[in-house]
Amino acid sequence: MAVQSNLKNMALCLSLVCLVCSALLGGVYALTAEPIAQTNANLLKASIQAVLPQGGELSEAKTIEVDGTVYEYYESVADGAPVAYAVKSVTSGFGGALTLMVGVTPDGTIYNTSVLSHTETPGLGAKCTTDEGFMAQWKGFDPSQKILSVKKDGGDVDAITASTITSRAYTLAVKNACEVVKAIGGNDHE
Amino acid sequence: MEYLLIIVSAIFVNNIMLAQFLGTCPFIGVSSKLSTATGMSGAVCFVITLATLVTYLLNTYLLVPLGLEFLQTIAFILVIASLVQMVEIVLKKISPSLYQALGIFLPLITTNCAVLGVAINVVTKEFSFGSGVPHMLNLGESIVYAFATSLGYGLAMVLFAGLREHLALNEVPKAFKGVPIALITVGILAMAFMGFQGLV
Amino acid sequence: MTMSKFSIFTKGLVKENPTFVLLLGLCPTLATTTSAVNGLSMGLATMFVLVLSNMAISLVASYTPDKVHIPVYIVVIATFVTLLQFLMQAYTPDIYATLGLFIPLIVVNCIVLGRAEAFASKNGVLDSALDGIGIGIGFTLALTVLGLVREILGSGSAFGWKLLPGDGMLAFVMAPGAFLCLGYLMVLFNKFLKKE
Repeated sequence: MAVQSNLKNMALCLSLVCLVCSALLGGVYALTAEPIAQTNANLLKASIQAVLPQGGELSEAKTIEVDGTVYEYYESVADGAPVAYAVKSVTSGFGGALTLMVGVTPDGTIYNTSVLSHTETPGLGAKCTTDEGFMAQWKGFDPSQKILSVKKDGGDVDAITASTITSRAYTLAVKNACEVVKAIGGNDHE
Repeated sequence: MEYLLIIVSAIFVNNIMLAQFLGTCPFIGVSSKLSTATGMSGAVCFVITLATLVTYLLNTYLLVPLGLEFLQTIAFILVIASLVQMVEIVLKKISPSLYQALGIFLPLITTNCAVLGVAINVVTKEFSFGSGVPHMLNLGESIVYAFATSLGYGLAMVLFAGLREHLALNEVPKAFKGVPIALITVGILAMAFMGFQGLV
Repeated sequence: MTMSKFSIFTKGLVKENPTFVLLLGLCPTLATTTSAVNGLSMGLATMFVLVLSNMAISLVASYTPDKVHIPVYIVVIATFVTLLQFLMQAYTPDIYATLGLFIPLIVVNCIVLGRAEAFASKNGVLDSALDGIGIGIGFTLALTVLGLVREILGSGSAFGWKLLPGDGMLAFVMAPGAFLCLGYLMVLFNKFLKKE
């Protein structure tokens, strides 16, 4: 080795490497911050649009507190009146947090649901993003006509085979979203 | 109650080794003898708990206020590497007997992904235990989680070392010898641990 | 060094295959191979870091005092990993979300540090890059094969295409299946490919 391992050399070398590396990272961060924000915004927008009816002007993110939990929601407005709300709802699934976007019309009927993020078991609970029967049942689900809990618990929701815990968490998230929309509606009437 | 849930979940249900695959290399490497497995578990336990404490504080009071979260990976690995070095030096000075027991495992721990994995998980992931609403862990919960996780790692390691000592006495086909049969055994052990799923 | 460029490149595929022969980087190998696509993406992500850090380290190695070479290598590797995180967050958010924690954990993947120590610190930039590509392809191949086997057995499909009716044996997608599949693949590798 041409370079000796004395204190001066070691300190100099380490600081230099750290300096160059953090400068490089800072630079790349500045360059990619914009695309990353853009990508995340697009993903969020796509998930909102997937659960709301076509048309309607989308509002900025709003928050509301229901039962001690703060929910984030978006409003779709057409001709000055809200046509639907998209509520972000988080519950505990089988493997960890299960985050849904739930579209609900002001009369309380569910328009559609989509999964924002989950950590469910591949092949079991993770089917909540692919199982067509499970996903389709939410479209037009009316909580005033049917009961929002899985059939095993005496409700009207078909659970995913062998994934009752995930199905329960999913159902709870939807139920919470409906409560949020009720609270929003209540505020508007006052 | 919350702490109890964290402990049971981290040791049995989401065992870091058997369900999350973190720290596999040293697991396969040092588990052929019960005594080395115990030593390694002790060292990992010590370092994971300490590293999580330091990285949690570093993240909360330095990186987040300065908006430098993107330096997490690089900052954490540096902290862990220097922490391991420091633990080694301190241990050598104050407790030579403990150093004798854990010393040779310490340098290996820097590249044990269980340590970095737990440190990153604690500050980035929302945890949910039982039916509670998922949330970020606070300092106390983080330490308990880190400690319980490393106990789970130790448990898996010691169980497996016990199995492997018996395995060494048996004849296995040539192509299976060494790591392949060890992996198949871990597979069966992991299956046994799946029985804990849904417990918390 | 009398090794030809070609043999530097090809040794990582079978003779020094990082997964089946050197037994390095087992954590991501087990954790991310729930499907062939996931295995492939993890392999490519690791290769990206491996090639760049090999090149950078072969450049700085001779200016690094011996006693601090490990910290310097770790900083260099961590830099490229963070770079990869930025790029994946921006352009492939789906894959980034799937692989999750295992992207930052490339820092402690023993393959990367191992190649830096064993090869890049002693060889030129071009050779180090070839070594990184060779080992990277070997790793990617191993991950893709393991992912493919688990996907076929566990969910009855290959690269997302449905092959068999029904759901398959779920255990193979979950943790135990990872260990079992890797164990049996190693047996096959030892039996047919490994030269005495």
